[in-house]
Amino acid sequence: MTASRRTRGAVRGLAVLVVAVFGPSGPTVAADEYIVVQSTTSAEHSGLFDSILPVFREETGIEVRVVAVGTGQAIKNAANGDGDVLLVHDRQAEEQFVADGHGVSRADVMYNDFVVVGPPGDPAGVAAMADVLAAFRKIAASGAPFASRGDDSGTHKAELRLWREAGIDAAAASGGWYRETGAGMGATLNTAIGLGAYVMADRATWVSFGNRRDYRIMVEGDPRLFNQYGIILVNADRHPNVKARLGETFVNWVLSTEGQAAIASYRVDGRQVFFPNAMKQP
Amino acid sequence: MGSFMGSLGEAAGLIMALDADLLEIIGLSLRVTLTAVAAACLIGLPLGAVVGALRFPGRSLAGLVLNALMGLPPVVVGLMVYMMLSATGPLGPLGLLYTPTAMIIAQTILVTPIVAALTRQVVEDLHTDYAEQFASLEVRPFDRVVALLWDARLSLLTVALAGFGRAVAEVGAVIIVGGNINHVTRVMTTTIALETSKGNLEFALALGVVLLVIALVVNGAVMTFRASAARMTYA
Amino acid sequence: MLETEFNVGAPATAWREAAPPEALLQARGLCFDGGGKRLIDGIDIDIRSGRRTIVMGANGTGKSLLLRLLHGLIRPTKGEVLWRGRPLDRRGRHAQAMVFQRPVMLRRSVLANLRFALAVRGFTGSERSVREAKAMERARLDGLATRPARVLSAGEQQRLAVARALACAPRALFLDEPTASLDPVSTHAVEQLIREAHADGVTIVLATHDAGQARRLGDDLIFMHAGRVVETGCASHVLNTPRSEAARAWLEGRLYLDSSS
Repeated sequence: MTASRRTRGAVRGLAVLVVAVFGPSGPTVAADEYIVVQSTTSAEHSGLFDSILPVFREETGIEVRVVAVGTGQAIKNAANGDGDVLLVHDRQAEEQFVADGHGVSRADVMYNDFVVVGPPGDPAGVAAMADVLAAFRKIAASGAPFASRGDDSGTHKAELRLWREAGIDAAAASGGWYRETGAGMGATLNTAIGLGAYVMADRATWVSFGNRRDYRIMVEGDPRLFNQYGIILVNADRHPNVKARLGETFVNWVLSTEGQAAIASYRVDGRQVFFPNAMKQP
Repeated sequence: MGSFMGSLGEAAGLIMALDADLLEIIGLSLRVTLTAVAAACLIGLPLGAVVGALRFPGRSLAGLVLNALMGLPPVVVGLMVYMMLSATGPLGPLGLLYTPTAMIIAQTILVTPIVAALTRQVVEDLHTDYAEQFASLEVRPFDRVVALLWDARLSLLTVALAGFGRAVAEVGAVIIVGGNINHVTRVMTTTIALETSKGNLEFALALGVVLLVIALVVNGAVMTFRASAARMTYA
Repeated sequence: MLETEFNVGAPATAWREAAPPEALLQARGLCFDGGGKRLIDGIDIDIRSGRRTIVMGANGTGKSLLLRLLHGLIRPTKGEVLWRGRPLDRRGRHAQAMVFQRPVMLRRSVLANLRFALAVRGFTGSERSVREAKAMERARLDGLATRPARVLSAGEQQRLAVARALACAPRALFLDEPTASLDPVSTHAVEQLIREAHADGVTIVLATHDAGQARRLGDDLIFMHAGRVVETGCASHVLNTPRSEAARAWLEGRLYLDSSS
């Protein structure tokens, strides 16, 4: 008797759960019109998209689904046609993407800058240096650990360019003072802080990062640390599934006065982290 | 240590508040995982029972393969499903990439070998018990498989729970095929990964505790059901 | 009736010497090897229709193996089993049933255990219900229909196993030491079931090493030693005046260690 009542109770409990999970009032009511934007973790994790996308949706009714991965992976995903718009930060790779016929055209959207952050003890003595190449040389010479994304992302490629310009073969030191995490910006920051290593990050991610501990910005302001974001509509001639009209609406909006103003108004801890610089005005 | 206690407190706060966003994420997690486990059982239970109960050429190889597939890394499964569902992949025209359906497919592939391999073991043990009686009654292979699955049903609940545990805790596959899109494909594990990369470690850990509580509730519900049912039918 | 069934049979084996009508089951040169040893060594026996045949002998002499060979659960290494004069086939096995020393109870209710066996044998609808009710009554398990079979006592389980085997109306019933682990009361109940089945015309083949049980139930007796049949005959005759040394030693309660193989 007791057993069967308890069984019935458990069955009823399961039934309630099933209805809650699979029932008609399901959590995700997808909009009819949506696009997929392949973008970078820096733009997503800093909260920029959460800030500007509702404005866009309000105006157009179009839902924007952001897949936030490293720039390298975002470009590959878009080259497979798995996205309508690409918003990343690696100019060279972006232009190649368009040249290969995957994208319609590329436009500047906004910029911010990279910063080099390090532990409070500053073992390499690079604090407040204005020349990032000199700072990189000092880090390499001191043998103080440096954590690299190592994931083919926009930040990783920018960092590799700086090592090259500084005349240092960082790859040769991989496993020694040069540590490649092969992970996203946030994971790499967590690792670097755990290791006491220097690390280069985009300012937006750094400012909004929650686990800064006592790390500080060591190097900033060098023009070489400029970080440009570009936007590309994926080519519907090449990938027929691309929602060209909706994607174009989004690209145009991001580049418009309104979209640019939305980007400019986004603040982390009261500070502007992205600076719109679209040239083309639709 | 302090931050760990902080996470526990935060987790308690999260559960109390039952904020709408969190509920949405929990709901999607359960929907994806339970659907995947159901699908995996639909495939894995008969598959495991056939390998466990019937004699056919290549049977031990099949058992070996099932066991090996239990070790499939989620990321590899994620990549395989991504390549299938990508716009340039063979199933691209279905437009399933970056949807909960894609996540369900990936988790089904991940969980099916676990369900099948454990089912094979359970059914094989039971079949050892039944084999002579079945032979004497000349039970046909199909009826054997059905009878063994039915009689092992309570042990198989535990098998399904093992699959649930693997699926609900998994992040590598769903983040690739789901894309961790806010309000669309964001589940508990991908949120934890996201918050970790944002450096919100305490919050991430708090979400982990919430996930653990969910797993406890599901396990508790199933085990209570199993215990009551066991009193009804088992010795 | 037997005659007509014979004629419907297989012309391919028509050349075979027709069995005497009362021989339901025959072993011809039956051998079985296992683990590199000859466990059943050239057995020729006739099991007569409608009789209760006891297979006796010490542990490990091959009583269980012989029953399994006759029931078709295992294939002989050499020789053959004839069912009503023809090689034992699927249809022949369908007319047989077997009860094991440790009853195999499905993890279901008492009634579901009966139902499973009947369903496998193709009984459906009202006929199945009638047979279920009859088997429940026969096994005196009436109040226990919805109980899980595996919580029954050993005696109840064995009664259920016998009733389940008989529910499918076999011509022959094999029982492999069905009471070896039962107390006298339960043993008596199982023996009673066997007597009733016999009265209904079921041919009984019972393996036991209990001489008392052999006396109580046996019409014919086959005495085995080391994989061979050393003596056959009318049960009371063999039990009272055994001719072979092995049977005599066994019945006198002596240890007979000489291996004749």
